[in-house]
Amino acid sequence: MRVPSATEFVGVVRLAVSGVASRMNFSVEEIEDIKIAVSEACTNAVQYAYDRSQPHTYEVNMRVYPDQLEIIVEDKGQGFDTKILETLTPRLDSISENQGLGLGLTFIKNLMDDSEVKSKIGTGTLVRMVKRVPAPVTA
Amino acid sequence: MLNFDVSQEMAESAPVVRVNGEIDIHTCPNLTFALEEATGHVTQKILVLNLEKVAYIDSTGLGTIAHHAHKMNTKGYSIYVICNQPQVKKIFDVSGLGKKNIKLFVTEKEALASISPRG
Repeated sequence: MRVPSATEFVGVVRLAVSGVASRMNFSVEEIEDIKIAVSEACTNAVQYAYDRSQPHTYEVNMRVYPDQLEIIVEDKGQGFDTKILETLTPRLDSISENQGLGLGLTFIKNLMDDSEVKSKIGTGTLVRMVKRVPAPVTA
Repeated sequence: MLNFDVSQEMAESAPVVRVNGEIDIHTCPNLTFALEEATGHVTQKILVLNLEKVAYIDSTGLGTIAHHAHKMNTKGYSIYVICNQPQVKKIFDVSGLGKKNIKLFVTEKEALASISPRG
């Protein structure tokens, strides 16, 4: 789905993703984890991809496999240097109100089974995340 | 059509901010506003934030709470957070916020009792 990069639509993406996830064999806790991880990626797209004075969009794609759910959040915004992620240690003791890329990506990494971030300055950012189903869906 | 509601009340010993619904990038500003307003009513250096009816919270909500807790700490104030849902507690644990600038409680009664232990 292609979503306007406005804050009110992050909740809409959450609804869509939880709808898909609930048709797979995930537990309630796993679905909550997926909702947070996807929201984090969308929040980053909304906050950092674009100059917020102009309307923009980003994409959320979900791929359902028998053994996992893969979600890709992609924007064609300004991108960032992924090298900063290697040294980033999100700190909550002196956090600025503007959340910062680090904590969101930390959550994605902690809550999902696999995740990766690709970004190119001037081109955009892609966040891919995977949650494996405990038992394969046969229906 | 905001899936979010926040209310404030003065308990005997502290202002209590209660949140209902989802805390995310869209609704965070409302939470910030409520926390800032409530801070003006702090009497015993404590503000209580009740998240019992929060259906969803992510790093934006945590960041808002952490930022406010930090501001409060510089004044010598604390935030007591009521959190009774395992999923919400998990988020606090993953972020480490539960161990730093805030104190977590399971019920509002517990939190308020620990502020003014009157006989």
